[in-house]
Amino acid sequence: MASRARARRSWASTVTGVLLLAVMLFPVYWMANVSLQPSGSAVQTPWFPVRLSFAGYGVALSQQGGHLLTSLLVAAGSVAFSLLVATPAAYALAHFRLRGSTAMLFGILISQMIPGIVVANALYSAYNDLGLLNSIPGLILADSTAGIPFAILILRAFLGAIPTEVVEAARVDGAGQIRAFVSIVLPMSRNALITAALFTFLFTWSDFLFALTLTTTEDVRPVTLGLYQYIGTYVNDWSSVMATAVLASIPAVVLLLVAQRYVTAGVTGGAVK
Amino acid sequence: MADTHGRGGVTTYRPSNGVARAAAAGPAWWSARRRERLLRLAFLLPAVAYLLAFFGYPVAQNVVMAFQHYTTATFYTGEAPWVGLANYAAVVGSPVFAKALLNTALFTLGSIAGQFVIGLAIAVFFRRQFPLSRVLRSLLLLPWLVPLIVSGAVWRWILDQDNGVLNRFLGALHLVDRPGWLTSTSLALIAVILVNIWIGIPFNTTILYGGLQDIPEELYEAAAMDGATGWRAFRYVTWPLLRPVVNVVLVLGVVYTIKVLDIILGLTGGGPANATQTIATQSYQLSFQQFDFGQGAALGNILIVISLVFALFYLRASRGAVRG
Repeated sequence: MASRARARRSWASTVTGVLLLAVMLFPVYWMANVSLQPSGSAVQTPWFPVRLSFAGYGVALSQQGGHLLTSLLVAAGSVAFSLLVATPAAYALAHFRLRGSTAMLFGILISQMIPGIVVANALYSAYNDLGLLNSIPGLILADSTAGIPFAILILRAFLGAIPTEVVEAARVDGAGQIRAFVSIVLPMSRNALITAALFTFLFTWSDFLFALTLTTTEDVRPVTLGLYQYIGTYVNDWSSVMATAVLASIPAVVLLLVAQRYVTAGVTGGAVK
Repeated sequence: MADTHGRGGVTTYRPSNGVARAAAAGPAWWSARRRERLLRLAFLLPAVAYLLAFFGYPVAQNVVMAFQHYTTATFYTGEAPWVGLANYAAVVGSPVFAKALLNTALFTLGSIAGQFVIGLAIAVFFRRQFPLSRVLRSLLLLPWLVPLIVSGAVWRWILDQDNGVLNRFLGALHLVDRPGWLTSTSLALIAVILVNIWIGIPFNTTILYGGLQDIPEELYEAAAMDGATGWRAFRYVTWPLLRPVVNVVLVLGVVYTIKVLDIILGLTGGGPANATQTIATQSYQLSFQQFDFGQGAALGNILIVISLVFALFYLRASRGAVRG
């Protein structure tokens, strides 16, 4: 009797939870709904895509396809660069008691308080001199301001958990510092590296500020800026705008569906350290 | 340079094969040890160089630029005349400044209060562990994971005065007559705050849920035996034990919210009539629309100081509270 009452109560919680989620995710549903409506019928969008149309996606892909590709290149480049820089540093911070480690961690925490607009303001003139405006490497470097501090913090927490003895054993067997790092530490930190990589990808993919300030021409234009320029002008074809929004959301959705366990690790790991 | 780090290197030093061999060779012993120390620093070097170039340099450069008349002309002539405190005087004296400062405070406090209270309520709700709770909890993260500019675009259409789904819904209920959420000077800031609350709820829920999971079940059982359940259990068990996590969430929340730009630019661009202009958006407009980088830098520096002062003050206050 009692357990049946409890079971009923927990299913009631499920119903509440589903309703809660329906409210929270309504904007996401609406984005998908509008993206699948025939274009031109902006007024009084039906509640469901009854007249299913992919015309919006056709327009979005033809106008924003290149921008999506740019975003992909920049995000992939930033993942590679961020991990290359952050992983050895995280290892050093976790395992070598170097003087200045505390200062560096403090610096990373302070860096989180520096507004992106301040960084962009100074980088604009520096990039202008260096010829990095409107370039993929320029965006990769600037966008890594999100990925590198995050990756250092999360990797440091994880690499600190690898027992020193494991590394020492390898070193006694004759492996140098770099060999031990590459062949022992890196394989053991696979999960942390995946988490760091996924989030760096997402941060870079979502970047808007550096795309807005450090590009001035059509040549190198990430999809976030493409979307911004869509909504900046008078919009009469919302289905292609929302189709672009859906396409720009794909990495987030994929991350949530495919790599769910890494996501929670990333959200909590990055914050509590 | 490497010698200043000597002590740290020695204490963690472990002999290895290469070093033992080198030790036999006499004077080379020192160089092997030194090599090891340099190698260890080399692990850190790229990250230090990057952080200095992409955080240290911009901050230093902003401090300098704020004292200069730095405009587009500077890119051609290479000249940025020294103007002392004129940029600060201009931005602080501008009629937009007070408005932007107030908006920044309202936007930050409103967003954080909403995100935190709703996020905490949802986190407490999810503690119940019901069927599908895990799946629902992870799907909840979606608003936080999609790019901010995507949320901005979606909400811009939802909140549209004439064709937005929100006004259609409210109209069907005969509640209000088509408010211009993003076009009315009295509503725009509220609308922007509401959207930002929606974006921040998942982050707050996830972190606070993690904190709740770390509170041992036995404490609730003991509290229940003393007659503390429901609200009283929350007040006397959950809240005190959750305080450290709460501090982290609030400090991070403020530090991130105070510098937000994407969502405001996406929704209103700071308008109408500066109704949603914040220090961050104003700094952007000064630098990248009026091309007065000196004034943009001055405003950016003010933003950093506000952020730092808040973080220090809050951390100190909360540490005192926890100790006392």
